[in-house]
Amino acid sequence: MKIIKKAQSGSFESSDIIVLIEPVVEKSGRNIEIDSSVMLEFGDAIAKLILDKLDEYNITDIHLIVKDKGALEPTINARLETAIMRACDLQKGTL
Amino acid sequence: MLYIPGNNPAMLQQGGIYGADSILLDLEDAVALNQKDAARILVRNVLKSINFYNTEVCVRINHLDTPFGLEDLEEIAPLQPDAIRYPKTETVEELAKLIQIIEAIEDKHNLPHDKMTIHAMIETALGVQNVFEIAKFSKRVDAITIGGQDLTADMNIKSTKEGSGIDLARKMIVMAAKANKIDAIDTVFVDINDEDGLRIDTEYAKQIGFSGKAVINPRQIDIIHDVYMPTEEEIRKAYRIVLEFKKNKKEGIGAFAIDGKMIDAPIMTRATQVLELANIDFNSI
Repeated sequence: MKIIKKAQSGSFESSDIIVLIEPVVEKSGRNIEIDSSVMLEFGDAIAKLILDKLDEYNITDIHLIVKDKGALEPTINARLETAIMRACDLQKGTL
Repeated sequence: MLYIPGNNPAMLQQGGIYGADSILLDLEDAVALNQKDAARILVRNVLKSINFYNTEVCVRINHLDTPFGLEDLEEIAPLQPDAIRYPKTETVEELAKLIQIIEAIEDKHNLPHDKMTIHAMIETALGVQNVFEIAKFSKRVDAITIGGQDLTADMNIKSTKEGSGIDLARKMIVMAAKANKIDAIDTVFVDINDEDGLRIDTEYAKQIGFSGKAVINPRQIDIIHDVYMPTEEEIRKAYRIVLEFKKNKKEGIGAFAIDGKMIDAPIMTRATQVLELANIDFNSI
């Protein structure tokens, strides 16, 4: 799947995570920046969720920034999916 | 029944710990128009993985006349929450359309048609006029709820704390629900700082027959439980009635007296309802 535009999801509220995505030049790879209030404890787990989600959508070229405020796994997955769908212009049932 | 905004992860993940009998994960009015996709995806993920313990889980979708309703159903119905709440139900025709879509989704996913129920929400004057037909239309409809704020807007009247403008509607909704042996759930009390007002409003809702009440803040739950919970005296009396009823039934006596007052079938029904509220098993007596 190809990232075609900038997109964002989530918020800076506690227990949420903000995900920012922007397109990059083809074959430039994945550039991922993670900032979390629980980086020491869960940084690796967050990185794995991100990589798994990008694999799921077969996204190889992306610039992705996340700022996590202690979100649980279902929230991280939901915000990643929302941002990806928006960035690929595939979101349904919204304005 | 506690309303939880569908795009609020903190409240969603804690939904089962507030002590509400039921939670309503809201994809409709509590979600901004440009966040409908985000809320739908979040609620879907939360339903898959968060344990709400014994709390009944209901999801309010957007109306099928909006650009969001169908997508809501396609994402949520396969996860079979306890109930789908349908906003602004006005006619049996739109209820028929909703059920047809739900059952098509259930067939696609090999799911039964009798697990997830529907709460029809009445929020317009037309809905109030048609509420009896709506309540009896399908076995899947197991509760009728009233949306007081939207109803006052539809009727072009002022929203007041005592809700005098929607009093007839509340009573019609209760009557339609009772006539069809389903639950009636009252509207929210919006002033979260007015605890006395909430108590008075809840006492009135109970008095006219509502089975429960919706809340917008966890702080309101205890007051509603307090009003609906029978007193110790009521529980003792109900227990005694059921005990005597069972004894007399063995001897073939239908009506009997306790403390000089005749006990018959309607009083017995009321006594079992009191015990039910107090979580006392009828069969254990």
